[in-house]
Amino acid sequence: MNKNTIGILSLFILIFGFTWYSNENFVNGYNMTNLVKWSSLYAIMGIGVAFVIITGGIDLSIGSVIGLVASLLALAIKYEWNPTLTVVLLLGLSIVIGLMHGLLITKVKLQPFVVTLCGLLFYRGISRWLTDNQTMQFPGTENLDSFFSGKLLIFGKFALSSPFFFLVVVAIIAAFFLNRTIWGRYLLALGNNEDGARYSGIQTDRLKIAAYVICSFLAGVSGLLFAYELDSVQPAQTGEFYELYAIAAAVLGGCSLRGGQGAIFGVIIAAAVIRLLRNSINLVGISTHLEFSIIGLVILGGVTADELIKRIVAKRRSKQISTSKS
Amino acid sequence: MPKEPPLLEASSIGKQFPGVRALHNVNLTLFQGEILSLVGENGAGKSTMMKLLAGIHLPDDGAIKLNGDLVEITNVREAQKYGIALIHQELNLSDNLDIAANIFLGNEPHKNGVMDHNRIHRESAQFLKRVGLEFPTDTLVADLTIGHQQLVEISKALSVDARIIIMDEPTSSLSQKESEKLFEVIRGLKSQGISIIYISHRLGEVIDLSDRVSVLRDGENAGELVGDEITHDAMVKLMVGRDLSQFYNRTVTALGEKIFEVKGLRTPPYPDNEISFSVRSGEILGIAGLVGAGRTELLQTIFGITPAVGGSMKLNGKELMPKSSLEAIDSGIVLAPEDRKRHGLILEMNVRENTSLARLSRDQKVGIIDFNNEYELAEKTIKELKIKTPHSSQVVQYLSGGNQQKVVLGKWLSMNPSLLLLDEPTRGIDIGSKQEIYKLMEELAASGVAVIFVSSEMEEVLGMADRVLVMHEGAVTGDLSREQLNEEAVMQLATGNKAAA
Repeated sequence: MNKNTIGILSLFILIFGFTWYSNENFVNGYNMTNLVKWSSLYAIMGIGVAFVIITGGIDLSIGSVIGLVASLLALAIKYEWNPTLTVVLLLGLSIVIGLMHGLLITKVKLQPFVVTLCGLLFYRGISRWLTDNQTMQFPGTENLDSFFSGKLLIFGKFALSSPFFFLVVVAIIAAFFLNRTIWGRYLLALGNNEDGARYSGIQTDRLKIAAYVICSFLAGVSGLLFAYELDSVQPAQTGEFYELYAIAAAVLGGCSLRGGQGAIFGVIIAAAVIRLLRNSINLVGISTHLEFSIIGLVILGGVTADELIKRIVAKRRSKQISTSKS
Repeated sequence: MPKEPPLLEASSIGKQFPGVRALHNVNLTLFQGEILSLVGENGAGKSTMMKLLAGIHLPDDGAIKLNGDLVEITNVREAQKYGIALIHQELNLSDNLDIAANIFLGNEPHKNGVMDHNRIHRESAQFLKRVGLEFPTDTLVADLTIGHQQLVEISKALSVDARIIIMDEPTSSLSQKESEKLFEVIRGLKSQGISIIYISHRLGEVIDLSDRVSVLRDGENAGELVGDEITHDAMVKLMVGRDLSQFYNRTVTALGEKIFEVKGLRTPPYPDNEISFSVRSGEILGIAGLVGAGRTELLQTIFGITPAVGGSMKLNGKELMPKSSLEAIDSGIVLAPEDRKRHGLILEMNVRENTSLARLSRDQKVGIIDFNNEYELAEKTIKELKIKTPHSSQVVQYLSGGNQQKVVLGKWLSMNPSLLLLDEPTRGIDIGSKQEIYKLMEELAASGVAVIFVSSEMEEVLGMADRVLVMHEGAVTGDLSREQLNEEAVMQLATGNKAAA
C-alpha cells in the first residue's frame, strides 16, 4: 500500500469515527448497507475515470453516459425488448462511445476536455429527446433485478448488495491490469511521458483509446446499476454531476491529473470518503446546503496535504543522494 | 589586462542538483570591456555557471562581487538590475510580436499602464543601430533569420543597460556569414566598454575572439589561458584533463561488409533532399552539422518516429521502412535520443522499469509481467554498464546525467540491436561516463553492431568517428573518411561551403 492510500484510509477512519461519536445512529444495519452500496457505485465510476486520468486525460461525459444507458434501458423495457439482450447492447454502446472518444482524441488530436464535454452535452440531449424527457418507472425484470440490485449477502439488518460485488470484480481486474500486466505498465509510462513511451516502442494511441473505452464501459455498467437501484429514470437528471464525483474520487485516491499515477484501492477508499461525507453531514447536523462546499474543501485539503508531503519527501531524497555522493 | 579591480568576481561557487554536483569551488573573474570565453566539454558546468550569474539558479556556496560589492542575484530581474543579461542558445523571443515589442518586453515604458509606442519604436531603432541591424522596428520577429533574431536579443540586453552580456553557444545554428557578423557586433560592444562572456564549442571562434579563456571540467576550474596561450591544443588538454590521444583512443578495427544502407532517403522536414550512405560492420559513423541541419530528423526517420516520405533502407540485407518506433525496434534499430529526459526515459519511473520498458513485450506471458525476469535484467544491466544507483528501484530522475544515459543504453542493449543510433550521446555527462560510453560504442561496433552517432562536439566527432557525414539544411554536404577529417573541413561543409571539400 503506498503512502497516499494510507493517508486516504486514515481520512476515512477519522471521518467515520467522528460521525459515529457525534451520532450513535450512524452505525446501524440500514445505514451501513446504503453506505457500502453507494460507495461501490461511486467507486466503479471512479476506477473507470482513473484509467483515463492516468493517461493524463479526463472524461466529463460519465454522468451523461450513465443517463443515456439508464434511459435506453427503461425505454427498451417499456417496449418489451429482451432485457438480457438490451443489457448486452447497452454495454456494447458504451464501448462504442469510449472508442469514439479515444479516436477523436488520438487520431483527430482533439483535447480530451473538449471531446468529453461535447459528449456530456450530446448524450444528455439524446436521452431527453428519446424519452420525451418523461420520468420512467421500472417494471420488474425479475432475474436482472436481483443481478443488478439484489441483496446478495444478508447479515441481520446489514446486507451486501449487488453493486458491492460488481466493485469487487471490477477492482480486482483493474488492479491486476494496472500493476501486473505490460499494458498497465505502459499506461503508467505513457501518463508520465508520452513521448518517452513512444520512443520506447509503445503504441501510445491504442493504449489511450483503451483507457477511454474502459472508462465509458464502466460508466455503462454504472448506468445499469443506477437504473436498477433507483427503480426509475429521469432522463434530465439521472447521473447528472456523477463525472465530478468520479473524478473527485480518482484524484483524492491518488491519481494525478498530470497523469502517470494511480492506485485502484485508493480510488475505492476515496469514493467511500465522498459518500461518507454526504452521509455524515446529514447525521452530524450540518446544513445539507453546505454539502458540496464541505466535499470540495475536504478534497482540496487532501490533495494539498498529499502535494506537500510529496515535496518534502523529494527534497529529503535528493539531499540524501547528493550527500552520499560527495 | 587592465589593472583596475574586476567588474565581476565570482569565488568558490558551488551548486548541487538532485544527484549531480554541477559546480564545485569555481572561480571566475571578468574585467570591463573584456571578452572572456568559457569552454569545457558537455556537462562541464558552463551553462549552470551562467544561469547562476543571470539569476535563474541560486548558488549553494560562494560569493559574487560586482565592482567589489557583494551581491546576491536571486532572480532574472535582479540580474538585469545589476546589468547582467544572458542570451540563451534557444532564443527567448516572441515570434508573434515585432522587434520593438520584443526589445521592450517586460520593460515597456508606459503612462498609467498605457504603453508609449512612440518611445518604444524610437528607442528600439537606436539599439538596432548599435548592433547594425537594418530593419524597421515593426518587423515581426518570425520573419527574421536566426542570426538577426540573435541581434534582437542583444538589442534587448542593451535596452536594459547591460554591462555584462553572456552568450551561450550563439553560433550553434548560424551560418558562417551570420557568425562573422555576430563577431563584428561583439567586438563593437567590447569597444563600447561592455564585457562579454562567450560560451562555445567552436574552439576556432574562441581563439579569434577571446582576450581570455577560462576552462571548466566536471564542474571545477580546469585552468585559464590568456592571449597567445589560447591555442586549440592547450584548450582541449585542459578540457579533457589529459592529452587528446589518450582520451579518444579509437582503435580502428578491420571493417567488414556493409550492414546498413540508406538510399535516397527523404525525411518529412526536408522532402526534397535525398540522403544516401552506408555503414560497414565494425564502423562508427559520425554525423556532424549545425543545430537545425536535419541530423536529429534523419535519425528519427530511420527510427520510424517521423516515417520517411521516400527512399529505401536495408539492414543486414533486409529491406525495411519503419512506420513507427515499434517497427524499427522489431527490425533491430534502436535510438538513444538527444533529449534524454523527454524522449529517452520515463523520469518518474525507476531504473528497473526503465530498463525493461522496451523488452517487456518480449518477456511477457499473455501480457503478465515476469517480475523476477525484470529484476534480473535490471541487475544485470546495472552491473554491466556500471550504473551508479543505490538499487534498481531508484527513480531515474535522481541519477546523474551519465547514469541516466547508461539506463537508456541498457534498455536498448538488452534488445540486441543491429543498428544503434545515438543522438548527442554525451550531452550533459561527466568525463568518466563519457569515456565509458565511448568504450561501449567501440565494443558494440567491434561486435558487429552498426553505430551511428550525431554530435555537435567537434572533438567527439573527430575523435570517435571512422567516417563523418556532414549535413547542412537537411542535405548531406560531405562524406569524410578518417584521413580527410579535420575541424576546418567539417565546419566548411557544415556551414554549406561545398567548394571547400
